[in-house]
Order: sequence, then structure tokens, then C-alpha cells
Amino acid sequence: MRFYEYESKQILRDAGMPLPKSHFCTTDAEAEQAAADIRGPVVIKSQVLSGGRMKAGGVKFADTPQEARGLAEEILRLRINDLLPVGVLVEEKQDIAQEYYAAVTWDGRAKKPVIIFSDMGGIDIEEVAESHPEHLSRTHFSALRPFSDYIAKQAVADVGVTGNDLNALTRIVAGLARIFIERDMTLAEINPIGKLADGRIIALDCHMDMEQEAQRAHADLLNALGLSADDKRQARPPTQFELDAEHLDGSDPRGVAGNLTEFDGDLGLIIGAGGGSLTLFDAVRAAGGRPANYCEIGGNPSVNKTRNLTKLILSRPNVKKIAVMMNVVSNTRVDIVARGVVKGCIEAGFDPAEKITIFRIPGSWEEEGFAILEKYGIPYVDRSVSMDEAARLAVQNMDK
Amino acid sequence: MSILVNADTTFIIQGITGREAVTMARECLDYGARLLGGVTPGRKGREVHGLPVMDTVRQFTDTQRVDASVVSVPPAFAADAVFEAIDAGIPLIVVVTERIPRKQVAQFVEYAQQQGTRIIGPNCLGIISPGKTRVGGVGGAANSTERAFKPGRIGVMSRSGGMTVEIANSLSEAGLGVSTAVSIGGDAVIGSTYAELMPLFDADPDTDAIAIYSEPGGRAEYELAEYMQRSGSTKPIVAFMAGKFMDEMPGMRFGHAGTIVEGKADTATEKIANLAAAGITVADKVGDIPSLIKQRLGA
Amino acid sequence: MAMFIRVDIDPSVQEDMQLCQRLVEVCPVDIFETVGESNVATVEENLDECTLCDLCVNEAPGRVHVVKLYREG
Ligand code: SF4
Repeated sequence: MRFYEYESKQILRDAGMPLPKSHFCTTDAEAEQAAADIRGPVVIKSQVLSGGRMKAGGVKFADTPQEARGLAEEILRLRINDLLPVGVLVEEKQDIAQEYYAAVTWDGRAKKPVIIFSDMGGIDIEEVAESHPEHLSRTHFSALRPFSDYIAKQAVADVGVTGNDLNALTRIVAGLARIFIERDMTLAEINPIGKLADGRIIALDCHMDMEQEAQRAHADLLNALGLSADDKRQARPPTQFELDAEHLDGSDPRGVAGNLTEFDGDLGLIIGAGGGSLTLFDAVRAAGGRPANYCEIGGNPSVNKTRNLTKLILSRPNVKKIAVMMNVVSNTRVDIVARGVVKGCIEAGFDPAEKITIFRIPGSWEEEGFAILEKYGIPYVDRSVSMDEAARLAVQNMDK
Repeated sequence: MSILVNADTTFIIQGITGREAVTMARECLDYGARLLGGVTPGRKGREVHGLPVMDTVRQFTDTQRVDASVVSVPPAFAADAVFEAIDAGIPLIVVVTERIPRKQVAQFVEYAQQQGTRIIGPNCLGIISPGKTRVGGVGGAANSTERAFKPGRIGVMSRSGGMTVEIANSLSEAGLGVSTAVSIGGDAVIGSTYAELMPLFDADPDTDAIAIYSEPGGRAEYELAEYMQRSGSTKPIVAFMAGKFMDEMPGMRFGHAGTIVEGKADTATEKIANLAAAGITVADKVGDIPSLIKQRLGA
Repeated sequence: MAMFIRVDIDPSVQEDMQLCQRLVEVCPVDIFETVGESNVATVEENLDECTLCDLCVNEAPGRVHVVKLYREG
């Protein structure tokens, strides 16, 4: 679950972190009112789940409420990386003397959370890591022990910060680390942390991402933000096709037939499972195919689920044919998947022999599965044909 | 020889009365594995396929040698089950459970490191040494497992359970076969990474080369590349990287929990370059793995 | 409509109330249901979910038949 900036800031505010005054607005009139409330120059920021807002023109400065209204109206209509914002954040403009960067994330190598801190905030942190490594610290900490403030202090001190700034920054970084660990975040980032002309240090922009698997445990926080614990917000909002697939996958608990992502090609894919889907999607593209979707089937889904997924994919106007492919399966059954796709094709009004370009699922119960495919005249291959070769056949048979 | 497990490995299944675990137990027994029984709290005295069910792990370890435990309990109880197994002194724990929040994974992994316990997984299918034993469900029913996993001299490590079977099958079809295959798990934090298992394969006289399946997300391939350069390991590795299409879609999660491109280093393209620079052969197509291994072995 | 599986129940099964009940219980995908007081019938929309586990066949050997329609003709 990715949080918008205004949500992330609400989480910081609830934890007592210093922040500029700000209001989340969904209309230009609200933005004007917000700017009037702030009584001074403001910054208007697009609330969109995409990087590069500044460059795209999604962040603008206004001196008067009228100006704020005009800019908000513009930004609310501005697509960034194809996404419309859910609103704008109207925030008091700050006089910034110095910018810092702080993030907490997981390090899969150390298998621990890590604090990344830099006194060169506001710019691309990967670039700082490459060209100014001495301005960046990495500090791991234990997920087992309660978080100790000294770890945040170490992270800040390691880039050479001292004095009052060290103490103020330590409080912010420690607070961020606690939110990260207590709220099962996969990323908690404040970039930049600003030191103002008057010496105060506050969080200027913030980005958080909560682990999907842990959302249920944080229903309180999500509900307080007006979200549901079952929300699956990714880098972009789901399309209707994706929501429909999610809905049918949730309709019965047996196995998975979903995790669908929409693409704009003409070849519908019924592929699985996790690793198999990634491999097959690449293989189809390498063979010159244009997938209409990514999806995953696995864990032996019911015939009904596979049938509905097949029907859903075939209902897309851009889908010419479908390919049904998996790695050698152990617990998903070849015959059960075969029944599902054949049924889905026929119920959608198509001849499976024509609609299915290739069926390549070898493994458990394949004898029964292959008997079904024979009966309906569906082109299929067994385990002696690699996934790449099957993908090539799928693409080749598009024009048959 | 083999790594991690051998024909004598005794093990239990925590959560043995669960739907998936009952099937797994059957498949392990049919394969000839030395499964002792399992644990489900409150079910002591019951049997699964004639094997005893106990309330606690200690009820097994107090009276007999238990070399490993397979944890197959719902995600909310998984961390507790792993802590129980670690405290009972079981040296190898295979965590099959999916969807455990990574904070909890990091907690039991850190504790396991302190106690000298080896963790495989979570979100994995287990370990198999063809013809000897299988600890976990990898391969499915015994007869299909025998077909996909012929005994041989190639090690397999894979972030995907399904692709462990696919690659083993292609090695078997090509007449190479498998020494030990480890489904290491698809999560962002896992108990044993490629680099941590490589020394075991390096030390195994019955493994001549290693096939690896990998995905975008995380830094495990960099760690492996570093290990290869540092250790002077001479066993050929052929790796395959899936999910190249994900490079164009940062921030989107596909497949496993660990499979998400957050930065430049997470992309398939970067990882492939890194592995290749460390002398690891990177297969462009998954089906090329057996022939590339044969090439590397000069066979 | 079921396309792949048909389950034939011999009329004699209907006379054995306990057997009818056991068929309902044993099937993992709810293909049997009781009708009226004691009779058993198949559930049309679940037939194609049959796992071919033969648990029903073992309950009533020779009197319950699971037919694979795709193997016929
Ligand atoms: S074979 Fe198994 S799944 Fe099929 S009807 Fe009989 S009991 Fe049900």
C-alpha cells in the first residue's frame, strides 16, 4: 500500500513530527480557502503516486489565494505519468537553508532494517550514493530489539552533523524508524527534511509504503486515513479489468487465478505461477508477442475460477486469442486448468481449438489433462518442449 | 552427498493437520522421506497417515533426534512456530508459509542467526535430494517428483518453487539430473540466500555445477557475485533471470512479495550484468540452462 | 452445464440413508446433496469440479460411477 504524501504526513503528524501547515484539497475552491487560512505564500503539490512531480509541473508556488486557486485548478487536471492526482496539498512555503534525506527500508542482504541518512537531501539519493558516498550513512538495526534512539543519532552523526541539528534530526529519524518498524512499512522516507532560515528542522516531503501482508494488523491506521485494510494500492491505481480479475479471484478460496495486470496487446495470457508467469511473460515478448495481460494461476484453483478468468480475458475487445502456459506443475492440476479454460472459451462463444494458441502445462494429472485437450482439438505440448518454445508457438499460432 | 539434507534426515511438520500439510506429508512419505510426525496444538494423540501428532515441538525433540522441521502454518502463527522450533534445538527449519510480514521474518531470522539455526524460506517449497529424501512439498506427488527430479550432479537454487521443478525437469530431460535442489523462497527477506548456500554446494563433491533461477527485486545476486569473486569458487553457475519486462514498470509488484523494482540496482538488466561480470553464465532463455551447463562442464 | 464429468448413482443407493449421507460428506467439492428426507442427488454446477479422488466410488463400489465425458466417443 503506497501512501500519498498527504497521508504519509498525517502519519508523521500523529507521531508528533514537526511539519509545515498544510491542507489536502480536492477542488480549486478548497485550495483557495486553504491558502487564505495559511496566510502567506504557499506551495501546491499534486497528490499522485508518481515520482518526478516537480519536473512534470505538479508542484507550483503561489503568493495569493487567488493565484493558489488558479494553479490548483491546473494541477488537478494535470496527468503525471498518465495518472490524475487525487487532490492537491496546499502547504505553507518554507525558507529553506539546508536539506537532509532520511529513509528507513529493508536490506534483504543484511536481513535487517536500514536507516539511510544524508545531508544532501532533495536530490536523487542514488546519485548521492554514487558520487558523494561520504555524505550518506547506512545504519542497520535489529528488528528483534526495541528501537534505541542512539541508532538514529549514529546515522546522523556519521555524515558529520553535530550540535543542535544533530539532536533535532535524531528525533525525526528515530521517529521515522519507529513508524517504519511498528507499522510494518517497506519504505518510510522523508525527502527533504528542511532546516529553515530560523533554525527549525521539519519534514517537507514524505513517502511511505506499507507491506500488503501486514495491512490487516494496521486497520486502525488505515481506517483513520479513510482506507480499507484490503486496499491494494500500487504504483498506479488498478484498471477495471484488474479489479474484475481481483473480484473473481476472491470469489472462492481455492487457489489463485488472478493477480492480473493489464497491457495493451492482443494475446491474452493464462499463465502461472509467480516465477512461471514472469518467465512466460518475458518469453512471449521475446518471441514478438504482444500480451494483453499478465496474470498468475497457481495453488490449484477451482475449475470455476479458471473458467471465469478465461471468460474475463476473452471479453476484452483487444484480445484475439489466448495462450495457456505454466511451468511443470506440482500441486496445480493440468486437467483442472484444462477444464476451466475449455469451459470458459465455450461459454464465451468460442471454439477452444481456435481461441487457444497453445496449451503448455505439464505435470500433475497431465494424462487426464491431455485427454481433454485432444478431445477439443487444442494445440498442446508436453514437458519436453521448453517454456520459451511454447511461447514462440503461442505467438506463431496467432495468425492461424 | 548432498547439501542440507540426506537420506537419514529426520523431520517433523508443524501444522501437519492443515489441508496442504496433510498432502505434503503423504507426498514426503511416498517419496521415502523420514517424516516422524507433526505438531498441531490441541491435536495430540491424533494421527496423520499413521504418524503421530503432538501439541509441542519439544514432545518430539525430548525423545528423539529431529534434524529438521517444515513450518506449514497460517501466516499469523508462523513466526511463533519458527521460534518454537529454534528453541527446541532443531538445526534446520524450512518455512513454507507464504505472506508472513517481513518484520516477523527478520525477527526469527535474526534469532536463528544468534542460535546457529539454518532457515530456508519463507514462501518456499523445500529441499529435495533426488533418490534420497525430500523435506517439503517440492515436486508434488511422488511419481511426478521422480519424473522431474532424476538423481544427478547439478545443484539448483530458485526463488520460485514452481521454477525449481521446471528447471530440475529440464536438467532431468537433458540427462543431467539434480544433486540437491533448494527452493529458497520468493520473499524480500529470506533465511538463506544464494551466497549463503553456495559454500555448501562448493563443498559437495557430488555437485559439479549449479543452476539458479532469479527475479528482479532485492540485492541477492550482487551478494552472490561478490561471493564468487571473493571465494575463488570454481563450480560453474548458470543463472536465469525472469521478469525483464518489469524493468519498465518500477514500483509495480508482480509474482512474489520480493519481486518489485525500486531502484536501478533492482532491475533484471543490472543484475544480469553483475552476474555476468562475476563469471556466472546468464541464460537468455530458461530452456537453455541444460545446454549451457553442459558447455561449462565441457561435456 | 457440466461438460467433463457425470456421476451416475444406482437407484439402490437411495434406499440406504446412511450411504447417501456418507456420499454428501465424503466428496471434497460438494458434488452430492441430499434431497427430501434421505435421497441423494448430484449438484449440476459442481460436477466439473470433481477431483477424480474416487472417495464416492469407494463408499459404494459398483453403485456410484464417475464418468469422464471427455474420454467417451
Ligand atoms: S470422485 Fe471425488 S470429487 Fe468426484 S464426485 Fe466422487 S468424491 Fe466427489
